Amino acid sequence: MNRLTWAFADGWTVTRREFTHWGANPGQLVAGLLFPVMVVLLFAYLLGGGIEVPDGGYREFLMPGMFAMTMVFGLEGTFTSIGNDVTKGVTDRFRSLPMASSAVVSGRAAADMLTTVLALAVLIASGLAIGWRAHNGLAGAAAAVGLLLWLRFALLWTGIWLGLKIRNPEAVMAIQILVWPIGFLSSAITSPATMPGWLGAIADWNPLSSTAAAARELFGNPGWPNDTWAAAHAVELALVWPLVITLVFAPLSVRAYRNLSR
Amino acid sequence: MTYTIEAHGLVKRFGARAALDGFDLSVPEGTVHGLLGPNGAGKTTAVRVLTTLLRPDAGAARVAGFDVVRDGDQVRRHIGLVGQHAALDEVLSGRANLEMFGRLSHLRPAAAARRAGELLDRFGLGDTGKKAVKNYSGGMRRRLDLAAGLILSPPVLFLDEPTTGLDPRGRAEVWSAVRDLVARGTTVLLTTQYLEEADQLAHRVSVVHEGRQVAEGTPEELKKTVGGDRVEIVVHDPADLPAAEALLGPSAQGDPDTRRVSAPASDRMATLTRVVQDLRDSGIAADDVAIRRPTLDEVFLHLTSSDRSHA
Repeated sequence: MNRLTWAFADGWTVTRREFTHWGANPGQLVAGLLFPVMVVLLFAYLLGGGIEVPDGGYREFLMPGMFAMTMVFGLEGTFTSIGNDVTKGVTDRFRSLPMASSAVVSGRAAADMLTTVLALAVLIASGLAIGWRAHNGLAGAAAAVGLLLWLRFALLWTGIWLGLKIRNPEAVMAIQILVWPIGFLSSAITSPATMPGWLGAIADWNPLSSTAAAARELFGNPGWPNDTWAAAHAVELALVWPLVITLVFAPLSVRAYRNLSR
Repeated sequence: MTYTIEAHGLVKRFGARAALDGFDLSVPEGTVHGLLGPNGAGKTTAVRVLTTLLRPDAGAARVAGFDVVRDGDQVRRHIGLVGQHAALDEVLSGRANLEMFGRLSHLRPAAAARRAGELLDRFGLGDTGKKAVKNYSGGMRRRLDLAAGLILSPPVLFLDEPTTGLDPRGRAEVWSAVRDLVARGTTVLLTTQYLEEADQLAHRVSVVHEGRQVAEGTPEELKKTVGGDRVEIVVHDPADLPAAEALLGPSAQGDPDTRRVSAPASDRMATLTRVVQDLRDSGIAADDVAIRRPTLDEVFLHLTSSDRSHA
């Protein structure tokens, strides 16, 4: 086998490790998959009653936001597992083996994308169960799912970079907490128009908002009338934001990985 | 003479601090070489450079005939590394860990499974192969970690403080595993803070201090550098300490904390007989009288303190 074939074979070995984890720890997998479902139920039935969406129900509005938020929260999983391997010395063991060095990262990336697909499937199913629907046919739905996974792919690199860079447990905790305001300071749960002006502007430009708004548009779900430029160009931004994130964090991740030997 | 591990003038800086500062090393094939030094002496950095995990700032090193910077891939094909932490997947079983590392060492699936089974049996883990590693004892983890370093039967094995944090039983288990490997012809570089470990396992020892090798030789040779045998008395009553010192002559050194007095002994038997006789004549009650060789501890303190006074 040549180098490229080995790179794929080694990456797949690292990915399969994640599946073995699922088998060994099904409770953790189930908890991870059900957490976003719980947040959906929380907003749909407990808090959402007080939120009026102009043309359509709140649940129709909520689901695309929750899909996008789940993409952002997936970041935590990536950086926690990368960070664990670095601190436990597993990354060093990988690096002392005659394996393709790219596999450590590509294997992780593939595992996280598969986990995300599973999480998204569970969330879509629970959305359908509480009355959410995709109204623009299969093509529209597929495009929406594509944009959601595109955001998750971009955030993989952010997660890998953070996992390689951040070692001390307090900083890890801080990032796990910071993911929350980033998730909520968006149009995922409610309209930025209801927020104080400057906060609304930040929420409007949050990449999560662009992906959420683009998904609403493609699924044919209702949103608030929003005349900001960012809201009007949601689909374009949902393509560009993840590209920018990837262009910044993929080279940073590669450099951080190389710098392990410095 | 060809050496399996060779380093010349290795320098590795972390910011302003030089973890390695002109580090030299030569390890002949099929021997166990100990790197002895306190925390921060540069032992782990040396191992990380020699196993291609760190790139040196200056100097050169060859392992199994390959340059660690230019031929990293080749070096990795010939070495096994057992680091300070048991670098294992805690969730996976011992068998699954070994199979994964085997696959990543580019063994075919059947060969990886066979090798995992062999290694589990050899390290006495055959019946624990399905248990998750997080449920292993410290000694079992270390043995599994050692097994993971041996998947490709590497001719060169690096052990970085392999028994740190183990109880005496776990330590004995690891020692016997290492002796077994050496009997099969593996070259081993071992770092340790335990002088006893170096004494037990290593053919030759390098004392590492501030990123440099400050002494090298067999444990016996190193002990000779401190001086020859010493006679040692442990007095029963601390008040007898000055009398016992006087009895051993002007070069006697006493330590009130341990009630111990010692002095050089040029002739083992004659000194012992004389001292026992003198103790009886002077009526000093002694708990112990013995002739002993210097320990590596003394070698170590001697070398690192004399080095400091030169600097």
